[in-house]
Amino acid sequence: MSNMIASLYNIRLLDELAEKRTIIHNIHPLIKVLTTCVYLIVVVSFNKYELSGLLPLVFYPVIIIALADIPIVPLLKRMLVVAPFIIGIGLFNPLFDHSPMVVLPWIQISGGWISFFSILLKGVLTILAALVLIATTGMTRIAAALGMMRVPRVFILQLLLTYRYISVLIEEVGRTVRAYSLRSRGEKGIRFSDWGSLTGQLLIRTLERAQRVYHSMCCRGFAGDYNVGSEKRIQIGDILYFTGWGLYFVVIRYFNIPAAIGSLITGV
Amino acid sequence: MSHHIIQANNLKYTYPDGRQALNGVTFQIQHGESVGIVGANGAGKSTLLMHLVGILFPDEGEISVGEVPVIKKTLPVIRQSVGMVFQDPDDQLFMTTVYDDVAFGPRNYKLPEGEVEKRVKSSLETVGILHLMDRPPYKLSGGEKRAAAIATVLAMKPDILVMDEPSSALDPKSRRRLITLLKRFTHTKIIASHDLDMVLELCERTIILNNGQIITDGTTLDILANEELMEKCGLEMPLGLQGCPVCGAKKAT
Ligand SMILES: Nc1ncnc2c1ncn2[C@@H]1O[C@H](COP(=O)(O)OP(=O)(O)OP(=O)(O)O)[C@@H](O)[C@H]1O
Ligand SMILES: [Mg+2]
Repeated sequence: MSNMIASLYNIRLLDELAEKRTIIHNIHPLIKVLTTCVYLIVVVSFNKYELSGLLPLVFYPVIIIALADIPIVPLLKRMLVVAPFIIGIGLFNPLFDHSPMVVLPWIQISGGWISFFSILLKGVLTILAALVLIATTGMTRIAAALGMMRVPRVFILQLLLTYRYISVLIEEVGRTVRAYSLRSRGEKGIRFSDWGSLTGQLLIRTLERAQRVYHSMCCRGFAGDYNVGSEKRIQIGDILYFTGWGLYFVVIRYFNIPAAIGSLITGV
Repeated sequence: MSHHIIQANNLKYTYPDGRQALNGVTFQIQHGESVGIVGANGAGKSTLLMHLVGILFPDEGEISVGEVPVIKKTLPVIRQSVGMVFQDPDDQLFMTTVYDDVAFGPRNYKLPEGEVEKRVKSSLETVGILHLMDRPPYKLSGGEKRAAAIATVLAMKPDILVMDEPSSALDPKSRRRLITLLKRFTHTKIIASHDLDMVLELCERTIILNNGQIITDGTTLDILANEELMEKCGLEMPLGLQGCPVCGAKKAT
């Protein structure tokens, strides 16, 4: 049980990572948000049979994770949570789509499998990109960047408060579960008959707590804007970062590099 | 708003579940006064304080701060002059670092970042946790959280300081530091507390609440030394006024 509480408390890990100081963390939030947007658009724009063309896009998250010194295991754990959904979406492709496709000149796979893997890869890449953005920028700074992009304030506020609410909820879950387990004579898990009252309790408690947090924010002059302090200027390095990745993504989008290398090697 | 007189007139408040927490509370607090609000658990202290910053609004009666009525429309003005420390510090800390949390208020008032930094550092210094500046607040101990919560309010430089049990969970040294700090704070202070020795030291005036009503309102020394009255309200004389437990000698008051 304590294990579960420990992992629940880990929810704020992304926030903590965002406070690091690395090259990536120092890049202007707006630039990182824009780069991520371009990346997402490029990833999604590949059609479902273009598996090999997607491969070079893996480098983006990998390089950022390495440069920003992000521990990989907790990140992958968070990906696992969404994995069932992605697999669920692509699951039926191999069953229904049997058209043979040429991957490399000497390998043939059915189109269903290709599209399954490309959905899987796209899902993994988009989620990874989002997680990496949060872990290198932090939610408050992302919100500030969205503000600079003239996203309406209501949406930004919604995003921020939802994000806060999740951690409030999870902390309350942690406390409740701990209190329960201390009084349940070493039983594993939570007895089914207690589920109803526990979840009801939780809902009320989190709502009240969220409300109190919101009140205390208002008491300190919160009027709908999250201020993150000194706003950095966009510098040459930031622009280079953006154009660098932007060019890379565009090149990958229009030239299938793995296929080109493949055909170079086989001399076709 | 130069004179921050707080005026409460026949406040009544019933929680949505039907529990009447305030039942006709009337008082006036002059500028610069420091008032202790005491009473047993569930007496209505927190409920009363929440009316001062407009978290709750009275069902009946009215309350005003410096001639401005506390209503939805005036909240920005009210909250700029009244700073409140909540009973539960977890409610007050929500950013990723202690520094950002303390800076949250000043930044909302669009102060230049240099000024924000100065305020944050000096408030953290006053509560003695400058070294915890870069720690995430949810990883602090109970007392450290309490200190951080107080710092968040100090950084706002309020004209009126409202505190709900500020000394609970503090170790003796931090408690002493808090008392010293509050003594230096010359504006109006309203402190709800079970720490009667602190009330005795800090507040010249005390209001006793019981079941949502004011039982007495007067000089702290008179009230807290009145054993019969204290007993009646489920309270106990502060240690500072009780006889010495070892030699039995009465302390001179
Ligand atoms: N959210 C709520 N909903 C319903 N009733 C409440 C709520 N909060 C408090 N009460 C009730 O209102 C009464 C006054 O509560 P309040 O929190 O003001 O007491 P208090 O004097 O601050 O007590 P303590 O010393 O324990 O902090 C209590 O009887 C309590 O049960
Ligand atoms: Mg209380």
